[in-house]
Amino acid sequence: MKKKYSFFNIIKNSLSHNENWEKMWRSPEPRKFYDIIIVGGGGHGLGTAYYLAKEHGLKNIAVIEKGWLGGGNTGRNTTIIRSNYLWDESAHLYEHSLKLWENLSTELNYNIMFSQRGVMNLAHNEHDIKEIKRRVSANKLNGIDSHWIDPKQIKKLVPIMNTENLRYPVLGASFQPRGGVARHDAVAWGYAMRADEMGVDIIQNCEVKKIRTKNGKVQGVETSKGIIRAKRVGVVASGHTSVLAETAGIKLPLQSKPLQALVSEPIKPVINTVVMSNAVHAYVSQSDKGELVIGAGTDGYNSFTQRGGYNIVEDTIRAIVELYPIFGKMKMLRQWGGIVDICPDASPIISKCEIEGLYFNCGWGTGGFKATPGSANLFAHTIAKDKPHSINAPFNLERFVSGRLVDEHGAAAVAH
Amino acid sequence: MLLINCPYCGERDQSEFTNGGEAHIARPKNPESISDEKWGEYVFFRSNPKGIFHERWVHSHGCRKWFNAVRNTSTDEILKIYKLDEKAPETKDFKNTLNSPSGEPDLGSGNFTVKK
Repeated sequence: MKKKYSFFNIIKNSLSHNENWEKMWRSPEPRKFYDIIIVGGGGHGLGTAYYLAKEHGLKNIAVIEKGWLGGGNTGRNTTIIRSNYLWDESAHLYEHSLKLWENLSTELNYNIMFSQRGVMNLAHNEHDIKEIKRRVSANKLNGIDSHWIDPKQIKKLVPIMNTENLRYPVLGASFQPRGGVARHDAVAWGYAMRADEMGVDIIQNCEVKKIRTKNGKVQGVETSKGIIRAKRVGVVASGHTSVLAETAGIKLPLQSKPLQALVSEPIKPVINTVVMSNAVHAYVSQSDKGELVIGAGTDGYNSFTQRGGYNIVEDTIRAIVELYPIFGKMKMLRQWGGIVDICPDASPIISKCEIEGLYFNCGWGTGGFKATPGSANLFAHTIAKDKPHSINAPFNLERFVSGRLVDEHGAAAVAH
Repeated sequence: MLLINCPYCGERDQSEFTNGGEAHIARPKNPESISDEKWGEYVFFRSNPKGIFHERWVHSHGCRKWFNAVRNTSTDEILKIYKLDEKAPETKDFKNTLNSPSGEPDLGSGNFTVKK
């Protein structure tokens, strides 16, 4: 049954105090066997199931989630979307994603509140200027709408920014107008709803404990709701991907670290773009509710606890207050951490592995949200065809043997 | 935030320290004669357990000396700190608080989204 959201629909349901909206997706008990199991019910996992059903016409698919949908990093990021990456491989990957973002609300008939308000990456020293200008030029060659702006133009876009009287003055920035933000929960919910309509079983509160393999072939998964057999298994479990891979005897070059974010009390609109700074390490945007959404760097040690240390919060707030003195008296409402899986080259892995029928989509590190539709789309292609799409072919596991890395530490914007 | 007991200076705030990743990684003796797989493993692959983890720390804003620690990455509890020349304690000497590889310990993880 196709759920349609319309103006009429909203009026009708408001008459009954919004108590009679139908459920957005079913909560089925798992079957004994699926053709494809996706482990991880975040945006990437749900999107993968959606594209498998929609673009590849596949049936008998399940998404298995340990907690609730979008309760991991999908609901913990700072929702920034951009595609201004340095290398051709990444530029193609993130631009593929950005193009899908631009049509996603229409495609899902679900408002994901995608707002192309622009993303600014600040330069604070000579090296930053050179690095960012180089990146802008690389972006232009790849058809990405990135350009260099000087402090005057920055002041025009963000009048509250202090560009001169600070320890690391703002000397310029790259600006990508097509970048922006989206409502992260809505992305997971939209994909979940439409995948469910096409018959995908979404199983929440079901922890995958082991990936079963036999003679180099995947057999299925052991879960807290019993053994589920499958022909193909795709693992998209962010911080826990390497732990699950280990149960199948696969070692992935990932390190799991907490990445923190925080939001302030809501205020009137003061900043209508996204500003990121790699050097002083803080990024900020304002949500539609009026809260400042502030991102920090990763904590410097491996951990699976979703909290992180206060010294990171302190460093970030220090930078924010210096850049925007107007925020000095504001109160922060919430702080949290998400466990990100970081690759040695700060680029993801969307790849097959030595076990037949087992696929990994991981290593998104600190920048996975922006890639959600693209990553899901390409991962679905990789699983359906049993070979990578030309866009994700460079993001294979073999690059850690061949040495052909896609080094995006500069464009990743978060220090690792 | 962690309180780390530097074996040379005593208990200090974590912000004085820098983490050095997994401990006890030995550089292969004959790099020129080993396979690309083996070399790639040495350069890029580190273990990433949820649970007992041997790691290195340096007291970068203090004595600047390196030392090793055993920490439970699912709770961040530091279980043992030992100097570089001391013998590494074995993983099995410590209690694993997890019920399943990607599960949550009963106490100390702070991961309420997945706790029942």
